[in-house]
Amino acid sequence: MKFRQISVRVALAAVALTGVLSTSVAIAQDKVQFFPSLTGRTGPVAPNATQFANGYADYMKLVNARGGINGVMTLVEECETAYATDRGVECYERLKGRHGGATVFQPLSTGITFALTEKIPADKIPMITSGYGRSDSADGDIFKWNFPLIGHYWVAGDTVLQHIANKEGGWDKMKGKKIAVGYHDSPFGKELLPIMEERAKKHGFQLQLLPIPAPGVEQKAIWLQVRQQRPDYVVLQTWGVMTPTAIREAIAVGYPREKMFGTWWSGAEPDLKDVGAAAKGYSAVMMQHGAEPQSDVVKQILSMVYDKNQGVGPRNEVGQVLYMRGVVGAMLAVEGARTAQVKFAKGKPVTSEQARWGYENLNLTQADLDALGFKGVMRPVATTCSDHMGSAWARVHTWDGAKFVWASDWLQADKGLINPMVKASAEKYAAEKKMSRRTKEDCQP
Amino acid sequence: MFYRENGQFKIAYRADQQIFPIAQDRWAVLALIAFAFLAVPFLADGYLFRAILIPFVILSLAAIGVNILVGYCGQISLGSGAFMAVGAYMAYNVFVRIDGVPLILALLAGGFFAMLVGIVFGVPSLRVKGLYLAVATLAAQFFCDWAFSRINWFTNNSSSGSVAVSNLSFLGWQIDTPVEKYLFCLTFTAVFALLAKNLVRGAIGREWMAIRDMDVAAAVIGIRPMYAKLSAFAVSSFIIGVAGALWAFVHLGSWEPAAFSIDRSFQLLFMVIIGGMGSIMGSFFGAAFIVVLPIFLNQALPWVGSLVGATVSTAMISHAEYMIFGGLIVWFLIAEPHGLAKLWSIGKQKMRLWPFPH
Repeated sequence: MKFRQISVRVALAAVALTGVLSTSVAIAQDKVQFFPSLTGRTGPVAPNATQFANGYADYMKLVNARGGINGVMTLVEECETAYATDRGVECYERLKGRHGGATVFQPLSTGITFALTEKIPADKIPMITSGYGRSDSADGDIFKWNFPLIGHYWVAGDTVLQHIANKEGGWDKMKGKKIAVGYHDSPFGKELLPIMEERAKKHGFQLQLLPIPAPGVEQKAIWLQVRQQRPDYVVLQTWGVMTPTAIREAIAVGYPREKMFGTWWSGAEPDLKDVGAAAKGYSAVMMQHGAEPQSDVVKQILSMVYDKNQGVGPRNEVGQVLYMRGVVGAMLAVEGARTAQVKFAKGKPVTSEQARWGYENLNLTQADLDALGFKGVMRPVATTCSDHMGSAWARVHTWDGAKFVWASDWLQADKGLINPMVKASAEKYAAEKKMSRRTKEDCQP
Repeated sequence: MFYRENGQFKIAYRADQQIFPIAQDRWAVLALIAFAFLAVPFLADGYLFRAILIPFVILSLAAIGVNILVGYCGQISLGSGAFMAVGAYMAYNVFVRIDGVPLILALLAGGFFAMLVGIVFGVPSLRVKGLYLAVATLAAQFFCDWAFSRINWFTNNSSSGSVAVSNLSFLGWQIDTPVEKYLFCLTFTAVFALLAKNLVRGAIGREWMAIRDMDVAAAVIGIRPMYAKLSAFAVSSFIIGVAGALWAFVHLGSWEPAAFSIDRSFQLLFMVIIGGMGSIMGSFFGAAFIVVLPIFLNQALPWVGSLVGATVSTAMISHAEYMIFGGLIVWFLIAEPHGLAKLWSIGKQKMRLWPFPH
C-alpha cells in the first residue's frame, strides 16, 4: 500500500516537473553564435573524448575573452552521447533548434556521423567531421553539408604508410612485407581499409586484417595471431579503451612498439600514460596538430581562461593531443562563422546555412593561423565547393616514455591516389540515393 | 462510478467475445487511437516526434513481439536484437536489390526473413528450457552480429559496413517529415497490436499460455509443443523483424550492426519484464519506461541542479541518469513484480469501486 502511495506521488511530481521544464529552457539570448557539443564524457571512449570536449569548450571561452566573433559571443551547450548512435541522434534533435539555431555539429563519432549525414541536408545544418566520419564526404559536390576538414581516415592511412615506406627506404622496398591492421570492428575501423588495400595492391605488400570487437578490452586472441604471424608492422585504428589494451597486449606477446603505428585517433596521452615507459617507441600519425603545450593558443587559454578559474578540465591536460583536437575543431567552427560574417552581415550571428558557405569558402593562411595562436601547430587550410577537406598534411609523433616527440617531417597524402577513391565512393553513394552532383549555380563564391 | 459494466447486456456470443467486451474499455481504446492519430500530430513538435515518439512507437512494436514469445509462450529469448537486425538488413536488401519494390513490401519481407531465422533459432527451445534457452538464443545474437559485419553481400558491399536508405514513399506519399514518419510507424504498431491482441485471445494464444504455465500438462491435454513453440517464435520474430526494419528505415536512416547489438536484446527483454509479461498494454508501458525515462532524466537533472543553484557537469548528469534509472527499475520491480501492466489493472479494479470502496 505504502509503495503505491509513493509511486502515485512520484508520478505526479514527474508530470509537474515536465510542465515547468518545458517553460524554463527558453532563456532568450540574442546575438550569440550557438555551437552545440556532442560529448563522450562517459562510456567506452570517455578517457579520450573528455579531453576533446574540454578543449572545444575552453577555446570557445577564449574566443569570448578575445571579444567574440566580431563582437558576437559564442555559446556552447553540451549533450552526452556516450558514443551511442541513438543517443547522439537524440542530442542532435535536442540541440539543433536551441539558442537561435545550431551553427555546426561535430559529433566525434563515426556512427553518429553516418546517421546525421542523412538528416542534416533537410535541416540545413553543416557538420564538421575532422578526421572521422565518411571519407568520401570530402567530395563537396555530393556531400554539400559535410566537412571532413583537415583530413579523413584515408589521409591518415596514406600518410602512415608513407612514413613506414620512408623508414624502409622507399615504396619499392615494401614489396612482400606484411602489415597487420588492428581495427575497431565498426564503420569507424572499416573506413580505413580501402586505402590500405589500394596501397597494398599498388606496392605489393600483404595485409593481415585483425578486427577488434568494441569496446576492445579483450584482445588476447588477436595478439596471439600477431605473435604467430609476426607481421613487419602493425597499424592500429582504435579508439578509447581499445588502444591502451592493444599496447599492453603487444607488450605481453613481445611485439616491438617501434613497429606499431596508430592512426589519428590511436595515439594520445590517455592511451599511453598508464603504460608509460613500456610503450616507448610507439608512434601515431597526426593530421596537422599534435601535443602543443608550447603554442601561443595554449598560453592564451591558460592566462585568459584557466587563470580566471573558468577552465572546464584539469589544467595539466591543456595542450595535450586530444585537448588540442578540441581546440582545433572549435577554431575551425569559429573561423567558418567568421568567414560567413564577412560575406553576410559583420557583427551579427550567422545562420547555419550562411555558416555552411563559410566552411566551404574557408581560407586560413599561415598568417591567419599565426595570429590566432596556431603558429607551428597547423598549416594553411583552404576549402572549395568540390574539396571539403582543405588540407592533407600530417606528421608522425613517437612516445618517448613520458611525452610525444615529432618523428617525421610534414607528409602530404597522395591526392592523385585518394581523390579518385573519394570520387568513386561518393558517386556510389549518390547513385544509391539517386542524387546528382551540385550545379555551378549552387556553388557561389 | 463511470467504469462499470452494469447494464451492458450481451445477447450474442459475438458481443461477448469481442476484444474489449466492456463498453468503456472499447471507447477508451478508440479514443486513445484517435488521439494518437489525430491530435498528437498537432500537439507535438519536431523534437518530440524524432527523439521520443518515433522510437517509442517502434520499440513498442518490438516489445509486443518479444512479449508474445517471452510473456505469452514463456520462452526466454536474448536474440531479439538479432531478429531486429535480420528484419532491417533483409528489408534493406529487398529494397535496394529489387527495383521498384514498394516500401511496405520491403518492410514485410524483412519481417518474413526474421521469421525464418526466428524459427531456426527457435528449434533448440524444443529441447532446452528457461535459462538454458536464453543462452541458446544468445547464439542468434552473436551469429547475426558476425554475419552482418562480415558478409559483404548483406551490406551491398559498402566499404564501411554501414548502409543507408532514403526517399521512402508509400503509394506516392513521400514519408519525409517527422509527422509523416510518426503516422507511418503508428499505423504499423496499431495494426500489429490489434492483431497480436486478437491472436493471444484465440486458440493459438491459449496454446502458448498453456505451454508457458506447464508444458508437460499442455502436452497431455493434446497441445503439440513443437507447433506451439515454433509458432510463437515465428509470430514473435516476424513482428520484431518489422520493428527492426522500421527502426532502421524510418528512425535511423543509416545504420550499422551495432544498432542491433546485445544491448538492444537486453533492452527489449527489460521492457517486457518491467512493462508486464503477458500483456500487450504492458509492452507500451515498458517501452515508454525504457525509452522516455532516460531522456527525461537527462533533461530534468540540469534543471533540478539550477533550482538549487548548482551547475551539473555533463558527465555527472549522465552518471546520475544511470543511477536513478537503475534505482527506479529495482524499485518498480519490488513495488510491483508483475510489471506496470499489473499496476494498470489494479487501477482499473479500483475504478470499478470508485468513489465508494467498501
